[in-house]
Amino acid sequence: MILKGKAWKFGNDINTDEIIPAKYLVTVDPKELGANCMDGIMPGFSKRVTAEDIIVAGKNFGCGSSREHAPISIKGCGISCVIAESFARIFFRNSINIGLPIFECAEAAKAITEGDEVEVDASTGLIRNLTKEQVYKAKPMPEFMQELIGAGGLMKWVVKKK
Amino acid sequence: MGYTITEKILLAHTDRKSVAPGDLIDCKVDLCLGNDITAPIAISEFEKTGIGEVFDKNKIALVPDHFSPAKDVKSAEQLKILRDFAKKYKIKYYYEIGCMGIEHALLPEEGLTMPGDLIIGADSHTCTYGAVGAFSTGVGSTDLAAAYVRGRVWFKVPESIKFIYSGKPNKWVGGKDLILYTIGDIGVDGALYRSMEFTGDAIARLPMDDRFAMCNMAIEAGGKNGIVAPDDTTVKYVEETSKRSKKKWKIYKSDKDAVYSQVKEYDVSKLEPMVSLPPLPSNAKPVSQVKDVKIDQSVIGSCTNGRITDLRIAAKVLKGKKVHKDVRCIIFPATQAIYLQAMKEGLLETFVKSGCAVSTPTCGPCLGGHMGILAAGERAIATTNRNFVGRMGHLKSEVYLSNPAVAAASAIKGRIAHPEEVI
Repeated sequence: MILKGKAWKFGNDINTDEIIPAKYLVTVDPKELGANCMDGIMPGFSKRVTAEDIIVAGKNFGCGSSREHAPISIKGCGISCVIAESFARIFFRNSINIGLPIFECAEAAKAITEGDEVEVDASTGLIRNLTKEQVYKAKPMPEFMQELIGAGGLMKWVVKKK
Repeated sequence: MGYTITEKILLAHTDRKSVAPGDLIDCKVDLCLGNDITAPIAISEFEKTGIGEVFDKNKIALVPDHFSPAKDVKSAEQLKILRDFAKKYKIKYYYEIGCMGIEHALLPEEGLTMPGDLIIGADSHTCTYGAVGAFSTGVGSTDLAAAYVRGRVWFKVPESIKFIYSGKPNKWVGGKDLILYTIGDIGVDGALYRSMEFTGDAIARLPMDDRFAMCNMAIEAGGKNGIVAPDDTTVKYVEETSKRSKKKWKIYKSDKDAVYSQVKEYDVSKLEPMVSLPPLPSNAKPVSQVKDVKIDQSVIGSCTNGRITDLRIAAKVLKGKKVHKDVRCIIFPATQAIYLQAMKEGLLETFVKSGCAVSTPTCGPCLGGHMGILAAGERAIATTNRNFVGRMGHLKSEVYLSNPAVAAASAIKGRIAHPEEVI
Protein backbone atom coordinates (compact mmCIF):
# COMPACT_ATOMS: atom_id res chain seq x y z
CA MET A 1 0.00 0.00 0.00
CA ILE A 2 1.37 3.39 -0.99
CA LEU A 3 0.39 6.40 1.14
CA LYS A 4 1.04 9.81 -0.32
CA GLY A 5 0.33 13.30 0.93
CA LYS A 6 1.49 16.62 2.30
CA ALA A 7 3.32 16.68 5.63
CA TRP A 8 1.94 18.42 8.71
CA LYS A 9 4.73 18.91 11.21
CA PHE A 10 4.33 18.68 15.01
CA GLY A 11 6.87 18.74 17.86
CA ASN A 12 7.77 16.40 20.73
CA ASP A 13 5.41 14.97 23.36
CA ILE A 14 2.18 15.72 21.48
CA ASN A 15 -0.40 14.41 23.95
CA THR A 16 -3.85 12.97 23.43
CA ASP A 17 -5.49 16.04 25.02
CA GLU A 18 -3.96 18.06 22.19
CA ILE A 19 -5.00 15.51 19.57
CA ILE A 20 -8.60 15.36 20.83
CA PRO A 21 -9.54 17.39 23.93
CA ALA A 22 -11.73 15.63 26.51
CA LYS A 23 -14.74 17.83 25.75
CA TYR A 24 -15.15 15.93 22.47
CA LEU A 25 -15.10 12.49 24.09
CA VAL A 26 -18.88 12.34 24.40
CA THR A 27 -19.08 10.58 21.05
CA VAL A 28 -17.43 7.63 19.30
CA ASP A 29 -18.31 8.82 15.79
CA PRO A 30 -15.08 8.94 13.69
CA LYS A 31 -16.34 11.83 11.53
CA GLU A 32 -17.30 13.98 14.50
CA LEU A 33 -14.01 13.16 16.25
CA GLY A 34 -12.15 13.81 12.99
CA ALA A 35 -13.68 17.27 12.69
CA ASN A 36 -12.03 18.20 16.00
CA CYS A 37 -8.69 16.48 15.44
CA MET A 38 -5.70 18.43 16.84
CA ASP A 39 -8.09 21.00 18.34
CA GLY A 40 -5.90 21.24 21.45
CA ILE A 41 -2.86 22.38 19.50
CA MET A 42 -3.98 23.58 16.07
CA PRO A 43 -7.68 24.53 16.07
CA GLY A 44 -9.16 24.23 12.59
CA PHE A 45 -6.66 21.51 11.59
CA SER A 46 -9.26 19.20 10.07
CA LYS A 47 -10.46 21.94 7.70
CA ARG A 48 -6.95 22.50 6.40
CA VAL A 49 -6.14 18.82 5.89
CA THR A 50 -6.47 17.29 2.44
CA ALA A 51 -7.32 13.60 2.35
CA GLU A 52 -4.20 11.38 2.51
CA ASP A 53 -2.05 14.04 4.22
CA ILE A 54 0.56 12.80 6.67
CA ILE A 55 1.37 13.83 10.24
CA VAL A 56 5.09 14.01 11.05
CA ALA A 57 6.08 14.48 14.68
CA GLY A 58 8.94 14.26 17.16
CA LYS A 59 9.34 11.87 20.04
CA ASN A 60 6.65 10.39 22.30
CA PHE A 61 3.74 11.16 19.95
CA GLY A 62 0.35 10.40 21.51
CA CYS A 63 1.43 10.48 25.15
CA GLY A 64 -1.13 10.90 27.92
CA SER A 65 -4.46 9.18 28.10
CA SER A 66 -5.52 5.83 26.62
CA ARG A 67 -8.32 7.37 24.56
CA GLU A 68 -8.62 5.50 21.29
CA HIS A 69 -10.50 8.58 20.13
CA ALA A 70 -7.06 10.06 19.38
CA PRO A 71 -6.02 7.72 16.53
CA ILE A 72 -9.70 7.49 15.49
CA SER A 73 -9.87 11.28 15.10
CA ILE A 74 -6.62 11.30 13.10
CA LYS A 75 -7.98 8.63 10.78
CA GLY A 76 -11.39 10.33 10.79
CA CYS A 77 -10.05 13.63 9.47
CA GLY A 78 -8.40 11.95 6.51
CA ILE A 79 -4.78 11.62 7.61
CA SER A 80 -3.28 8.55 5.91
CA CYS A 81 -0.48 7.79 8.39
CA VAL A 82 1.71 9.17 11.17
CA ILE A 83 5.50 9.25 11.09
CA ALA A 84 7.24 10.04 14.39
CA GLU A 85 10.57 9.72 16.11
CA SER A 86 8.80 7.58 18.74
CA PHE A 87 5.26 6.85 19.90
CA ALA A 88 3.77 6.61 23.39
CA ARG A 89 2.91 2.98 24.01
CA ILE A 90 -0.88 3.04 24.33
CA PHE A 91 -1.17 5.25 21.25
CA PHE A 92 1.06 2.75 19.43
CA ARG A 93 -1.19 -0.18 20.40
CA ASN A 94 -4.36 1.72 19.59
CA SER A 95 -3.14 2.71 16.14
CA ILE A 96 -2.26 -0.85 15.23
CA ASN A 97 -5.49 -2.15 16.70
CA ILE A 98 -7.69 0.23 14.69
CA GLY A 99 -5.60 0.13 11.52
CA LEU A 100 -4.00 3.59 11.46
CA PRO A 101 -0.60 3.08 9.83
CA ILE A 102 2.24 4.49 11.95
CA PHE A 103 5.95 4.58 11.25
CA GLU A 104 8.79 5.07 13.70
CA CYS A 105 11.61 6.88 11.92
CA ALA A 106 13.78 9.49 13.63
CA GLU A 107 15.53 10.43 10.39
CA ALA A 108 12.29 11.17 8.56
CA ALA A 109 10.81 12.95 11.58
CA LYS A 110 13.79 15.30 11.64
CA ALA A 111 14.30 15.86 7.91
CA ILE A 112 10.72 16.32 6.71
CA THR A 113 9.44 19.89 6.96
CA GLU A 114 5.89 21.19 6.85
CA GLY A 115 4.34 20.98 3.42
CA ASP A 116 6.80 18.44 1.99
CA GLU A 117 5.24 15.88 -0.35
CA VAL A 118 5.82 12.50 1.25
CA GLU A 119 5.23 8.98 -0.03
CA VAL A 120 5.29 5.92 2.23
CA ASP A 121 5.36 2.29 1.16
CA ALA A 122 3.49 0.73 4.07
CA SER A 123 4.73 -2.78 3.36
CA THR A 124 8.43 -1.94 3.31
CA GLY A 125 8.46 1.11 5.59
CA LEU A 126 10.31 3.07 2.92
CA ILE A 127 9.57 6.80 3.21
CA ARG A 128 10.26 9.06 0.22
CA ASN A 129 10.41 12.82 0.57
CA LEU A 130 9.45 13.88 -2.95
CA THR A 131 10.04 17.56 -2.23
CA LYS A 132 13.55 17.13 -0.84
CA GLU A 133 14.33 14.02 -2.91
CA GLN A 134 15.36 12.00 0.14
CA VAL A 135 14.61 8.42 1.22
CA TYR A 136 14.34 7.20 4.82
CA LYS A 137 13.70 3.73 6.26
CA ALA A 138 11.22 3.24 9.12
CA LYS A 139 11.79 0.68 11.88
CA PRO A 140 10.22 -2.60 10.69
CA MET A 141 7.05 -3.76 12.45
CA PRO A 142 7.40 -7.02 14.39
CA GLU A 143 5.86 -9.98 12.58
CA PHE A 144 2.98 -10.35 15.03
CA MET A 145 1.92 -6.74 14.51
CA GLN A 146 2.10 -7.19 10.76
CA GLU A 147 -0.19 -10.18 11.25
CA LEU A 148 -2.67 -7.95 13.13
CA ILE A 149 -2.53 -5.29 10.45
CA GLY A 150 -2.81 -7.95 7.74
CA ALA A 151 -5.92 -9.36 9.41
CA GLY A 152 -7.51 -5.89 9.24
CA GLY A 153 -7.04 -4.93 12.88
CA LEU A 154 -7.18 -6.64 16.26
CA MET A 155 -10.89 -7.50 16.32
CA LYS A 156 -10.81 -9.21 12.93
CA TRP A 157 -7.76 -11.18 14.12
CA VAL A 158 -9.60 -12.11 17.33
CA VAL A 159 -12.66 -13.35 15.48
CA LYS A 160 -10.45 -15.39 13.15
CA LYS A 161 -8.71 -16.96 16.14
CA LYS A 162 -11.92 -17.77 17.98
CA MET B 1 19.63 -15.03 35.10
CA GLY B 2 16.85 -13.91 37.40
CA TYR B 3 13.55 -12.23 36.70
CA THR B 4 12.07 -8.92 37.78
CA ILE B 5 8.68 -8.94 39.51
CA THR B 6 7.09 -7.70 36.28
CA GLU B 7 8.64 -10.52 34.23
CA LYS B 8 7.51 -13.09 36.82
CA ILE B 9 3.90 -11.95 36.78
CA LEU B 10 3.82 -11.81 32.98
CA LEU B 11 5.36 -15.30 32.72
CA ALA B 12 2.83 -16.71 35.19
CA HIS B 13 0.05 -15.53 32.87
CA THR B 14 1.39 -17.19 29.71
CA ASP B 15 1.74 -20.79 28.59
CA ARG B 16 5.47 -20.29 28.12
CA LYS B 17 8.48 -21.59 30.03
CA SER B 18 10.40 -18.33 29.92
CA VAL B 19 10.14 -14.69 28.91
CA ALA B 20 12.67 -12.00 28.05
CA PRO B 21 12.36 -8.28 27.35
CA GLY B 22 11.21 -7.73 23.78
CA ASP B 23 9.25 -11.01 23.55
CA LEU B 24 5.71 -10.64 22.24
CA ILE B 25 3.49 -12.70 24.51
CA ASP B 26 -0.17 -13.59 24.87
CA CYS B 27 -1.35 -13.26 28.49
CA LYS B 28 -4.38 -14.32 30.50
CA VAL B 29 -6.14 -11.41 32.14
CA ASP B 30 -7.42 -11.45 35.75
CA LEU B 31 -9.42 -8.25 35.46
CA CYS B 32 -10.25 -5.82 32.69
CA LEU B 33 -11.54 -2.34 33.34
CA GLY B 34 -13.41 0.19 31.25
CA ASN B 35 -14.98 3.57 31.98
CA ASP B 36 -17.67 5.75 30.44
CA ILE B 37 -15.25 7.23 27.88
CA THR B 38 -13.41 4.11 26.76
CA ALA B 39 -15.91 1.28 27.26
CA PRO B 40 -18.52 2.52 24.73
CA ILE B 41 -16.01 1.92 21.89
CA ALA B 42 -15.06 -1.47 23.36
CA ILE B 43 -18.71 -2.46 23.71
CA SER B 44 -19.47 -1.44 20.14
CA GLU B 45 -16.44 -3.42 18.84
CA PHE B 46 -17.42 -6.40 20.97
CA GLU B 47 -21.03 -6.39 19.75
CA LYS B 48 -19.86 -6.13 16.12
CA THR B 49 -18.21 -9.55 16.45
CA GLY B 50 -21.59 -11.14 17.16
CA ILE B 51 -19.94 -13.56 19.59
CA GLY B 52 -22.64 -12.85 22.12
CA GLU B 53 -20.88 -13.79 25.35
CA VAL B 54 -18.05 -12.34 27.37
CA PHE B 55 -15.14 -14.53 28.45
CA ASP B 56 -15.98 -14.15 32.16
CA LYS B 57 -18.58 -11.79 33.62
CA ASN B 58 -16.72 -11.86 36.95
CA LYS B 59 -13.50 -10.47 35.48
CA ILE B 60 -14.89 -7.33 33.92
CA ALA B 61 -15.18 -4.03 35.79
CA LEU B 62 -17.14 -1.06 34.46
CA VAL B 63 -16.78 2.21 36.31
CA PRO B 64 -18.71 5.22 35.00
CA ASP B 65 -16.55 7.89 36.64
CA HIS B 66 -15.38 10.38 34.00
CA PHE B 67 -18.45 12.35 32.92
CA SER B 68 -20.71 11.14 35.70
CA PRO B 69 -23.04 12.10 37.20
CA ALA B 70 -23.90 12.81 33.57
CA LYS B 71 -22.77 16.29 32.56
CA ASP B 72 -25.00 16.54 29.48
CA VAL B 73 -27.23 14.50 27.19
CA LYS B 74 -24.37 13.05 25.14
CA SER B 75 -22.49 11.83 28.20
CA ALA B 76 -25.74 10.47 29.63
CA GLU B 77 -26.00 8.36 26.50
CA GLN B 78 -22.45 7.08 26.90
CA LEU B 79 -23.22 6.17 30.51
CA LYS B 80 -26.34 4.33 29.41
CA ILE B 81 -24.28 2.17 27.04
CA LEU B 82 -22.29 0.88 30.05
CA ARG B 83 -25.39 0.35 32.16
CA ASP B 84 -27.18 -1.59 29.40
CA PHE B 85 -24.12 -3.72 28.61
CA ALA B 86 -23.62 -4.53 32.30
CA LYS B 87 -27.23 -5.67 32.58
CA LYS B 88 -27.23 -7.63 29.33
CA TYR B 89 -24.12 -9.64 30.19
CA LYS B 90 -24.64 -9.70 34.00
CA ILE B 91 -21.31 -7.98 34.59
CA LYS B 92 -20.54 -8.42 38.27
CA TYR B 93 -18.44 -5.34 38.86
CA TYR B 94 -20.52 -2.50 37.48
CA TYR B 95 -20.71 0.48 39.81
CA GLU B 96 -23.74 2.73 39.58
CA ILE B 97 -23.68 6.29 40.93
CA GLY B 98 -24.00 5.99 44.68
CA CYS B 99 -21.50 3.11 44.76
CA MET B 100 -19.28 4.52 42.04
CA GLY B 101 -15.88 5.98 42.83
CA ILE B 102 -12.86 6.97 40.77
CA GLU B 103 -11.87 3.66 39.20
CA HIS B 104 -8.26 3.53 40.36
CA ALA B 105 -9.22 4.23 43.97
CA LEU B 106 -12.35 2.08 43.84
CA LEU B 107 -11.06 -1.23 42.46
CA PRO B 108 -8.22 -1.67 45.00
CA GLU B 109 -10.62 -0.73 47.80
CA GLU B 110 -13.11 -3.35 46.55
CA GLY B 111 -10.37 -5.97 46.72
CA LEU B 112 -10.38 -6.51 42.97
CA THR B 113 -6.68 -5.79 42.45
CA MET B 114 -4.51 -8.34 44.21
CA PRO B 115 -0.77 -8.98 44.34
CA GLY B 116 0.33 -11.11 41.40
CA ASP B 117 -2.71 -10.25 39.26
CA LEU B 118 -2.50 -9.20 35.62
CA ILE B 119 -4.87 -6.32 35.07
CA ILE B 120 -5.64 -4.24 32.01
CA GLY B 121 -7.77 -1.16 31.82
CA ALA B 122 -8.84 1.11 29.02
CA ASP B 123 -7.53 4.05 30.99
CA SER B 124 -3.93 5.13 31.05
CA HIS B 125 -3.79 5.35 34.85
CA THR B 126 -4.54 1.64 35.22
CA CYS B 127 -0.84 1.39 36.16
CA THR B 128 -1.98 2.49 39.66
CA TYR B 129 -2.55 -1.10 40.85
CA GLY B 130 1.16 -1.87 40.66
CA ALA B 131 1.14 -0.48 44.20
CA VAL B 132 -0.24 -3.80 45.46
CA GLY B 133 2.34 -5.80 43.48
CA ALA B 134 0.14 -6.52 40.46
CA PHE B 135 1.13 -6.11 36.82
CA SER B 136 -1.31 -3.51 35.66
CA THR B 137 -1.32 -1.35 32.58
CA GLY B 138 -3.42 0.89 30.40
CA VAL B 139 -4.61 -0.26 26.99
CA GLY B 140 -7.07 1.01 24.41
CA SER B 141 -10.75 0.30 23.83
CA THR B 142 -10.15 -2.26 21.08
CA ASP B 143 -7.73 -4.12 23.36
CA LEU B 144 -10.51 -4.18 25.92
CA ALA B 145 -13.01 -5.49 23.36
CA ALA B 146 -10.58 -8.24 22.39
CA ALA B 147 -10.17 -9.13 26.06
CA TYR B 148 -13.96 -9.34 26.45
CA VAL B 149 -13.83 -12.06 23.79
CA ARG B 150 -10.61 -13.90 24.60
CA GLY B 151 -9.77 -13.07 28.21
CA ARG B 152 -6.27 -12.51 26.89
CA VAL B 153 -4.13 -9.62 25.72
CA TRP B 154 -0.90 -9.29 23.76
CA PHE B 155 2.12 -7.59 25.29
CA LYS B 156 5.72 -6.92 24.55
CA VAL B 157 7.72 -7.87 27.65
CA PRO B 158 9.16 -4.57 28.87
CA GLU B 159 12.65 -3.86 30.09
CA SER B 160 12.65 -2.64 33.69
CA ILE B 161 14.11 0.39 35.39
CA LYS B 162 14.84 0.04 39.09
CA PHE B 163 14.32 3.14 41.20
CA ILE B 164 15.88 3.04 44.65
CA TYR B 165 14.66 5.69 47.08
CA SER B 166 16.53 6.05 50.36
CA GLY B 167 16.20 8.29 53.40
CA LYS B 168 13.37 9.63 55.49
CA PRO B 169 11.25 12.17 53.66
CA ASN B 170 10.59 15.56 55.26
CA LYS B 171 7.22 16.50 56.70
CA TRP B 172 4.79 17.42 53.86
CA VAL B 173 6.73 15.26 51.39
CA GLY B 174 4.91 12.14 50.16
CA GLY B 175 4.64 9.71 47.28
CA LYS B 176 3.40 12.44 44.94
CA ASP B 177 6.56 14.45 45.48
CA LEU B 178 8.78 11.43 44.91
CA ILE B 179 7.11 10.66 41.61
CA LEU B 180 7.04 14.29 40.40
CA TYR B 181 10.75 14.52 41.24
CA THR B 182 11.41 11.26 39.37
CA ILE B 183 9.51 12.36 36.27
CA GLY B 184 11.36 15.68 36.47
CA ASP B 185 14.60 13.72 36.41
CA ILE B 186 13.88 11.23 33.62
CA GLY B 187 11.34 13.18 31.53
CA VAL B 188 7.89 12.39 30.15
CA ASP B 189 9.31 9.61 27.95
CA GLY B 190 12.09 8.59 30.35
CA ALA B 191 10.49 5.19 30.93
CA LEU B 192 8.84 4.78 27.51
CA TYR B 193 7.71 1.15 26.95
CA ARG B 194 9.47 0.16 30.18
CA SER B 195 8.51 -1.00 33.64
CA MET B 196 9.20 1.27 36.63
CA GLU B 197 10.01 -0.71 39.76
CA PHE B 198 9.97 1.38 42.93
CA THR B 199 12.18 0.09 45.73
CA GLY B 200 14.24 1.23 48.71
CA ASP B 201 13.77 2.04 52.39
CA ALA B 202 11.86 5.23 51.58
CA ILE B 203 9.25 3.21 49.67
CA ALA B 204 9.04 0.68 52.53
CA ARG B 205 8.04 3.59 54.79
CA LEU B 206 5.31 4.85 52.48
CA PRO B 207 1.66 4.08 53.25
CA MET B 208 -0.38 2.36 50.51
CA ASP B 209 -2.08 5.59 49.45
CA ASP B 210 1.29 7.15 48.62
CA ARG B 211 2.37 4.05 46.72
CA PHE B 212 -0.83 4.25 44.68
CA ALA B 213 0.00 7.88 43.84
CA MET B 214 3.48 6.88 42.65
CA CYS B 215 2.42 3.94 40.49
CA ASN B 216 -0.47 6.03 39.16
CA MET B 217 1.94 8.47 37.54
CA ALA B 218 4.28 5.88 35.95
CA ILE B 219 2.44 6.60 32.68
CA GLU B 220 3.49 10.26 32.93
CA ALA B 221 7.04 9.07 32.36
CA GLY B 222 5.83 6.87 29.48
CA GLY B 223 6.09 3.74 31.64
CA LYS B 224 4.22 0.55 30.84
CA ASN B 225 3.64 -0.16 34.51
CA GLY B 226 4.75 1.03 37.92
CA ILE B 227 5.22 -1.60 40.58
CA VAL B 228 6.13 -2.00 44.24
CA ALA B 229 6.92 -5.51 45.48
CA PRO B 230 4.52 -6.50 48.27
CA ASP B 231 5.72 -6.11 51.87
CA ASP B 232 4.00 -6.13 55.27
CA THR B 233 2.17 -2.89 54.48
CA THR B 234 0.77 -4.45 51.28
CA VAL B 235 -0.25 -7.68 52.99
CA LYS B 236 -2.03 -5.80 55.76
CA TYR B 237 -3.87 -3.80 53.12
CA VAL B 238 -4.97 -6.75 50.97
CA GLU B 239 -5.96 -8.82 54.00
CA GLU B 240 -8.51 -6.10 54.63
CA THR B 241 -9.67 -5.49 51.05
CA SER B 242 -9.88 -9.20 50.15
CA LYS B 243 -12.59 -9.59 52.79
CA ARG B 244 -14.90 -7.84 50.30
CA SER B 245 -13.91 -9.74 47.19
CA LYS B 246 -12.76 -13.09 48.60
CA LYS B 247 -9.96 -12.93 46.06
CA LYS B 248 -6.69 -14.72 46.67
CA TRP B 249 -3.26 -13.37 45.93
CA LYS B 250 0.27 -14.42 45.16
CA ILE B 251 3.35 -12.49 46.11
CA TYR B 252 6.15 -12.07 43.59
CA LYS B 253 9.45 -10.32 44.20
CA SER B 254 12.34 -9.54 41.90
CA ASP B 255 15.28 -11.93 41.96
CA LYS B 256 18.60 -10.62 43.23
CA ASP B 257 20.13 -11.21 39.81
CA ALA B 258 17.22 -9.72 37.87
CA VAL B 259 18.30 -7.62 34.92
CA TYR B 260 17.50 -3.89 34.72
CA SER B 261 18.10 -1.63 31.76
CA GLN B 262 18.78 1.21 34.18
CA VAL B 263 19.09 1.81 37.93
CA LYS B 264 18.33 5.22 39.44
CA GLU B 265 19.07 6.13 43.05
CA TYR B 266 17.53 9.03 44.92
CA ASP B 267 18.10 10.37 48.44
CA VAL B 268 14.68 11.71 49.45
CA SER B 269 15.73 13.19 52.79
CA LYS B 270 16.46 16.58 51.27
CA LEU B 271 13.44 16.64 48.99
CA GLU B 272 10.95 19.51 49.26
CA PRO B 273 7.32 19.28 48.21
CA MET B 274 7.39 19.44 44.40
CA VAL B 275 5.31 21.43 41.95
CA SER B 276 5.12 20.59 38.23
CA LEU B 277 4.71 23.66 36.09
CA PRO B 278 2.65 23.62 32.89
CA PRO B 279 2.58 22.13 30.33
CA LEU B 280 4.31 18.86 31.32
CA PRO B 281 4.55 16.79 34.52
CA SER B 282 8.31 16.74 33.99
CA ASN B 283 8.60 20.48 34.72
CA ALA B 284 9.00 19.67 38.41
CA LYS B 285 10.46 22.23 40.80
CA PRO B 286 10.74 22.46 44.60
CA VAL B 287 7.81 24.55 45.86
CA SER B 288 10.17 27.18 47.30
CA GLN B 289 11.31 27.97 43.75
CA VAL B 290 7.76 28.58 42.53
CA LYS B 291 7.19 32.13 43.69
CA ASP B 292 4.32 34.57 43.24
CA VAL B 293 2.16 32.26 41.19
CA LYS B 294 -1.42 33.39 41.85
CA ILE B 295 -4.14 30.77 41.52
CA ASP B 296 -7.87 30.88 40.78
CA GLN B 297 -8.68 27.31 41.71
CA SER B 298 -7.35 24.47 43.86
CA VAL B 299 -8.45 20.93 43.07
CA ILE B 300 -7.85 18.22 45.67
CA GLY B 301 -8.80 14.75 44.49
CA SER B 302 -8.39 12.45 41.44
CA CYS B 303 -7.08 8.91 40.98
CA THR B 304 -3.69 10.22 42.09
CA ASN B 305 -4.55 11.99 45.35
CA GLY B 306 -8.20 11.58 46.32
CA ARG B 307 -7.67 8.93 49.01
CA ILE B 308 -8.24 9.23 52.74
CA THR B 309 -4.56 9.93 53.53
CA ASP B 310 -4.67 12.81 51.05
CA LEU B 311 -7.86 14.25 52.55
CA ARG B 312 -6.42 13.99 56.06
CA ILE B 313 -3.37 15.97 54.98
CA ALA B 314 -5.50 18.61 53.24
CA ALA B 315 -7.73 18.92 56.32
CA LYS B 316 -4.71 19.30 58.59
CA VAL B 317 -3.61 22.31 56.55
CA LEU B 318 -7.10 23.80 56.13
CA LYS B 319 -8.39 23.30 59.68
CA GLY B 320 -9.53 26.57 61.22
CA LYS B 321 -8.49 28.59 58.17
CA LYS B 322 -10.32 30.11 55.23
CA VAL B 323 -9.84 29.62 51.53
CA HIS B 324 -8.61 32.87 49.93
CA LYS B 325 -11.48 35.03 48.65
CA ASP B 326 -10.21 34.82 45.06
CA VAL B 327 -9.88 31.03 45.04
CA ARG B 328 -12.36 28.20 44.40
CA CYS B 329 -11.21 25.13 46.30
CA ILE B 330 -12.95 21.93 45.18
CA ILE B 331 -12.42 18.63 46.95
CA PHE B 332 -13.22 15.24 45.43
CA PRO B 333 -13.13 12.25 47.80
CA ALA B 334 -12.30 9.47 45.35
CA THR B 335 -14.85 6.88 46.48
CA GLN B 336 -17.99 6.63 48.58
CA ALA B 337 -16.07 4.74 51.30
CA ILE B 338 -13.49 7.52 51.42
CA TYR B 339 -16.30 10.09 51.50
CA LEU B 340 -17.92 8.30 54.43
CA GLN B 341 -14.64 7.92 56.29
CA ALA B 342 -13.88 11.62 55.76
CA MET B 343 -17.33 12.40 57.13
CA LYS B 344 -16.77 10.26 60.23
CA GLU B 345 -13.42 11.88 60.90
CA GLY B 346 -14.87 15.38 60.58
CA LEU B 347 -12.74 16.18 57.54
CA LEU B 348 -15.73 17.20 55.43
CA GLU B 349 -16.80 19.63 58.14
CA THR B 350 -13.31 21.13 58.15
CA PHE B 351 -13.46 21.55 54.37
CA VAL B 352 -16.90 23.13 54.33
CA LYS B 353 -16.09 25.48 57.21
CA SER B 354 -12.94 26.56 55.36
CA GLY B 355 -15.02 27.46 52.33
CA CYS B 356 -14.24 24.47 50.11
CA ALA B 357 -16.80 22.78 47.88
CA VAL B 358 -16.95 19.01 48.38
CA SER B 359 -18.10 16.89 45.43
CA THR B 360 -19.35 13.39 44.88
CA PRO B 361 -16.62 11.18 43.38
CA THR B 362 -15.82 11.98 39.72
CA CYS B 363 -12.79 12.48 37.48
CA GLY B 364 -14.49 15.80 36.64
CA PRO B 365 -12.05 18.66 36.21
CA CYS B 366 -8.88 16.57 36.01
CA LEU B 367 -9.48 15.94 32.32
CA GLY B 368 -11.43 19.12 31.68
CA GLY B 369 -14.67 17.16 31.85
CA HIS B 370 -16.90 19.08 34.23
CA MET B 371 -17.15 20.29 37.84
CA GLY B 372 -14.46 22.96 37.77
CA ILE B 373 -13.49 23.92 34.22
CA LEU B 374 -11.08 26.84 33.83
CA ALA B 375 -11.69 29.97 31.73
CA ALA B 376 -9.05 31.57 29.51
CA GLY B 377 -6.25 33.05 31.59
CA GLU B 378 -7.16 31.12 34.73
CA ARG B 379 -4.76 29.00 36.72
CA ALA B 380 -5.25 26.03 39.01
CA ILE B 381 -3.13 24.07 41.37
CA ALA B 382 -4.26 20.46 41.41
CA THR B 383 -3.36 17.17 43.04
CA THR B 384 -4.13 15.52 39.68
CA ASN B 385 -1.65 13.98 37.27
CA ARG B 386 -1.55 16.01 34.06
CA ASN B 387 -0.87 19.68 33.38
CA PHE B 388 -1.00 19.56 29.57
CA VAL B 389 -2.14 22.62 27.62
CA GLY B 390 -5.89 23.06 28.16
CA ARG B 391 -6.14 19.94 30.31
CA MET B 392 -8.59 21.50 32.79
CA GLY B 393 -10.44 23.76 30.39
CA HIS B 394 -9.58 26.62 28.04
CA LEU B 395 -6.40 26.28 25.97
CA LYS B 396 -5.17 29.46 27.66
CA SER B 397 -5.65 28.12 31.19
CA GLU B 398 -2.89 26.54 33.26
CA VAL B 399 -2.53 23.63 35.68
CA TYR B 400 0.21 23.24 38.28
CA LEU B 401 0.55 19.79 39.89
CA SER B 402 1.30 19.24 43.57
CA ASN B 403 0.59 17.13 46.63
CA PRO B 404 -2.55 17.76 48.76
CA ALA B 405 -0.72 19.80 51.43
CA VAL B 406 0.61 22.29 48.87
CA ALA B 407 -2.77 22.49 47.09
CA ALA B 408 -4.50 23.21 50.43
CA ALA B 409 -1.91 25.80 51.52
CA SER B 410 -2.16 27.47 48.11
CA ALA B 411 -5.95 27.64 48.40
CA ILE B 412 -5.51 29.59 51.64
CA LYS B 413 -2.80 31.94 50.38
CA GLY B 414 -4.27 32.55 46.91
CA ARG B 415 -0.88 31.70 45.42
CA ILE B 416 1.28 28.61 45.29
CA ALA B 417 2.54 28.15 48.84
CA HIS B 418 4.48 25.79 51.08
CA PRO B 419 2.31 24.25 53.82
CA GLU B 420 4.63 25.71 56.47
CA GLU B 421 3.51 29.20 55.38
CA VAL B 422 0.03 28.61 56.75
CA ILE B 423 0.59 26.19 59.63
